[in-house]
Amino acid sequence: MRLARIAPPLTLLVLVGPLAFGLAGTLLPAFGYLPSLGGTRFSLDAFHLLAGTPGIVRSAATSILAGLVTTLLALLCVVAFAAGHLDSPLFLRMRRLISPLLAVPHAAAAFGFAFLVAPSGLMMRLVSPWLTGLDRPPDVLIVHDPMAITMVAGLVIKEIPFLFLVMMAALPQLRHKETLQLGRCLGYGRVASFIFLLWPQIYAQMRLAVFAVLAYATSVVDVAVILGPQLPPTLPVRLIEWMNDPELQTRYLASAGALLQLVATFAALLGWLGIERIGGLLVSLPSGRGLRFRHDRPARHAALAAMALSALMVFGGIAMLGLWSLAGLWQFPKALPSAFTLDRWSAALPRILDPLVTTLWVAGISTAIAVVLTILCLERELETGRGQGGRSLMLIYLPLIVPQISFMFGLQVLAIAAGVEGTAASLVLAHLVFVLPYVFLSLSDPWRAHDRRYDAIAAGLGMSRTRALMRVRLPMLARAILTAAAVGFAVSVGQYLPTVLIGAGRLTTVTSEAVALAAGGNGRVIGVYGFLQTVLPFLAFAIATAVPNLLFRHRRGLRL
Amino acid sequence: MRGLLLTMGAIAAAGLSLAPMARAADPNPSDWQSVLDQAKGETVYFNAWGGSENINAYIDWAGQRLKEQFGVTVVHVKLDDTANAVAKVVAEKAAGRDDGGSVDLIWINGENFASMKQQELLFSPDWTTALPNWAFVDYESMPTILTDFTIPTDGLESPWGGAKLVFFHDSARTPEDTMPDSASELLAWAERNPGRFSYPQPPDFIGSSFLKQVLSEVIVDKSKLTKPVDDATFEADVAPLFAYLDSLHPLLWRGGKAYPQNYPDMKQKLADGELDIIFAFNPSEASAAIKTGELPDTVRSFTFSGGTLANTHFVAIPYNAKAKAGALVLANFLISPEAQARKQDPAVWGDPTVLSLSKLDPSDRAAFEALDLGVATLTPDKLGPALDEPHPDWMERIEGEWRKRYGVAN
Amino acid sequence: MTKTEGLALDGITIRLGGRRLIALDAQVGRGEVLTVMGPSGSGKSTLLAYIGGFLDPAFEAEGSVRIDGSDLTGLAAEDRHAGILFQDPLLFPHLDVAGNIAIAIPQHSGSRRDRRRMAEAALADAGLEGFGDADPDTLSGGQKARVALQRVLMSRPRLLLLDEPFSKLDAHLREQTRQMLFATARQAGLPVVLVTHDEADAAAANGRVHRVGDS
Repeated sequence: MRLARIAPPLTLLVLVGPLAFGLAGTLLPAFGYLPSLGGTRFSLDAFHLLAGTPGIVRSAATSILAGLVTTLLALLCVVAFAAGHLDSPLFLRMRRLISPLLAVPHAAAAFGFAFLVAPSGLMMRLVSPWLTGLDRPPDVLIVHDPMAITMVAGLVIKEIPFLFLVMMAALPQLRHKETLQLGRCLGYGRVASFIFLLWPQIYAQMRLAVFAVLAYATSVVDVAVILGPQLPPTLPVRLIEWMNDPELQTRYLASAGALLQLVATFAALLGWLGIERIGGLLVSLPSGRGLRFRHDRPARHAALAAMALSALMVFGGIAMLGLWSLAGLWQFPKALPSAFTLDRWSAALPRILDPLVTTLWVAGISTAIAVVLTILCLERELETGRGQGGRSLMLIYLPLIVPQISFMFGLQVLAIAAGVEGTAASLVLAHLVFVLPYVFLSLSDPWRAHDRRYDAIAAGLGMSRTRALMRVRLPMLARAILTAAAVGFAVSVGQYLPTVLIGAGRLTTVTSEAVALAAGGNGRVIGVYGFLQTVLPFLAFAIATAVPNLLFRHRRGLRL
Repeated sequence: MRGLLLTMGAIAAAGLSLAPMARAADPNPSDWQSVLDQAKGETVYFNAWGGSENINAYIDWAGQRLKEQFGVTVVHVKLDDTANAVAKVVAEKAAGRDDGGSVDLIWINGENFASMKQQELLFSPDWTTALPNWAFVDYESMPTILTDFTIPTDGLESPWGGAKLVFFHDSARTPEDTMPDSASELLAWAERNPGRFSYPQPPDFIGSSFLKQVLSEVIVDKSKLTKPVDDATFEADVAPLFAYLDSLHPLLWRGGKAYPQNYPDMKQKLADGELDIIFAFNPSEASAAIKTGELPDTVRSFTFSGGTLANTHFVAIPYNAKAKAGALVLANFLISPEAQARKQDPAVWGDPTVLSLSKLDPSDRAAFEALDLGVATLTPDKLGPALDEPHPDWMERIEGEWRKRYGVAN
Repeated sequence: MTKTEGLALDGITIRLGGRRLIALDAQVGRGEVLTVMGPSGSGKSTLLAYIGGFLDPAFEAEGSVRIDGSDLTGLAAEDRHAGILFQDPLLFPHLDVAGNIAIAIPQHSGSRRDRRRMAEAALADAGLEGFGDADPDTLSGGQKARVALQRVLMSRPRLLLLDEPFSKLDAHLREQTRQMLFATARQAGLPVVLVTHDEADAAAANGRVHRVGDS
């Protein structure tokens, strides 16, 4: 296929081009070069200013630590759960419960979480006043705590589904059943068999995804604003404040800060490499001594509880968003609103229509492009027999590992200079940078796992590659393709920073509206938009499940 | 790889320094008919804070009216911070886009106005007094219409609404006669009721306003506030303010380790009983919140007999706006009696008018007088004296000082 | 039968990373069977992939493949018309049984409806009358094998490639299917290359046997 030949370089351009240009657009002002603001000489002034900013070290350190702790905790939960329950009926049920959580946008999950755990939140309401004796919320600091514990908790519950599903994708390529049986025959406990025998191989496959989680957690803006510390805030939040400062000269500071963010994320990655070492030792030492850990029941129960709790928190949070969106007067300690009203919805719906339409077409087009490019790349990979190597995977992960905030700012300046900010094409392109990696990652495994003998049969029957692709491979992979598309759609719906910076306020999506309204701090309005923001990706996943079920309702071989 | 980076750097730099293009002919506001003709068919990107559904709905309504009456389309670009729109104009200037800019009208006042005016980012010269509806504006008895935070508006921004700092409490929890009547009484009240008062963290505009309110009450030489900060005496000038805050902070909600996000956040905290005293810049906020079920109907308003801060908020047109004629038409509509009366209705928004009722036709005046301002709204005569906003320099400096002292708590 | 009729394999060598897997010269007449025997992992299936034109680019291969005198070596897989059968029937799960056969019928052979009719007829030939609308996954193993064979035949192949096609069938069905396959190939005058590790397959094929991977 001729088209397939140009797909890999095109994909590379889409992924790496904006990244490189964006970083250049950040780098130059950081060193004082921004001619239109009078900066024509290179200098280190911005960095001196940055170094002199009160609390900057603490902000950066909080970001790095929060990233490391988030990643470690989320990974531990997932590993412990898989180790204790892999292949049990409970595991499958949990898998079905967890998968949809991937669709919940971070901001919505964070708002929901805050509605649950705040001193005036649902959890306290449920036990007040009958247990606590309180008729007013206790004056304790939970949300926005200076140690960022609440922020880390909010991130962990949202990253668990992602890491869990990445692990699920890695499993089929290993003979895990046989390996586990072998381990137990040798007298190891269930958990120990998993950790000693399977985990090193699984982790090797998950590693880049773990890096992506780490990078995300060190540079996250929306969750940090909603749950993170305030005195001072984490580094990315301060960056956004500087970028928005009416004082022009702060632009240089913001650019220097964006570089510091890059360094901070890099430092976190280095720290993680250290954690990997320690983890490796912790696994190899006891296994080297032949310890069996046969009695692992408490560990297994704890892992199950952690997983269930995290899922419950996200689902409960979404339910809280829904409840708040319908609430009239709702004073502490009432567990339910005193009155319900549809006012918020009827007020919001006419005004949400435009952003909703924008959300749908931006997500639809960027996802469609991503799916087509991914399919062509994978097709090309089959033709050439190349491309499964680590380097190409690294490139695909690059936009997920380089902090968004570090290159989006530069990209915005370039978009303005080129006069393309606020245009449909540039917004789709900006979303594509993040949609494409996720689509590629979700589709490549099923694509590669597809039995190649079907291709041989099709060719033997005289079908051209294009016809075989259209008539055999695509229909057989319809479920995987639709799932990948739903993932891409969800990623696009959740994009905040690219939408605000490249959409230039002219193109707004449900998410950019939600965060703008969140600035208003009105829980009921946040409920409406957060809920809506969650419903869209859920719908996409529901369609991705329902369409193949309907299409192939008489095809047993394609049922799950 | 290095070569590639250099090339990209060069391209990026080229992008950053595009030469300014020639400016298209700007509309002439004194020839109003020509403005109307030019505006027809234009789309005005109105950059305004989008955090309130009430206000968003009101702007929507204004857009519909403009479409019907003048064929001008209004798009509300919802900002979470007005500074974003300023930053956008700045970025456009940086990119050399001196024409066809993406911001046509900004909702603005105070430091953002001062900053844009000083950087010459605003459409000039004086266009506001040429607007047909300027005839109704009450600039005589509202000095804040002509001086925005002590900065002369010079006709570069057109008034939209008034604002006055007002406190709210729930009379079911806290009796009216126990409420403080000045900043110092507020401190004494907080000592008796620790953890029941707070303010949004500066630079939130309500939070910064609280700092200015206290500053205005405790500063020794009040005349200093009308001028830019004097570096030599700044420390001494603000010492009473920070002494006040040092004593207040341990008594705040969460011991001052976290702050409410903004006014709506404080509103829910008043409903939940986390806070006992909150404040807003809009006298009818509490009544509106009672109507929508966000606050119980036992909430009441009060101010300080010594006066509270008052100011005006405006709309301004960036120098590079694409639809200047449309923006002029929108600015003029926003000060029409119809738009102003609707805006003052607490069921819609409840924002005080900038028009003088005596300058209006009897029928327009009747529309204002018929408004039900709500149970928790103080009538104009009970709002107490107005304190002028200090020069924006002060706001910036005390925000910076605040950040230095409290922004990095341990 | 002249020397140019049937399948001619000249100087075929297949290597992986410098290691030689296959080296073969052979002539397979119409209706004849060439059996390639070897243990699993010996690379014997790569020969079929090379003949069929879908060898993974990771392998290096040379040698010419001619059928009835015309050279296939440079052609794309779909232009070679080399029908292939694997140990699994690999019916397309998204199509019904008749659809599986109809998709194999060359495109210029009439309208959709014609092709569907031809498919139904082919099913009847294989004793599967009335199964056209069925979900392929509901058929028995033997039925699936017969549909797979009809599918290949309807594509009008010029040769047949068999990749251990009997190894998953039980003993009784295996014998039956072997007879049917070889008889069909003889009848249609198709050269056959059979890859297997089962001596009984080779015996039933009753043709030349080439052994690989024993050394």
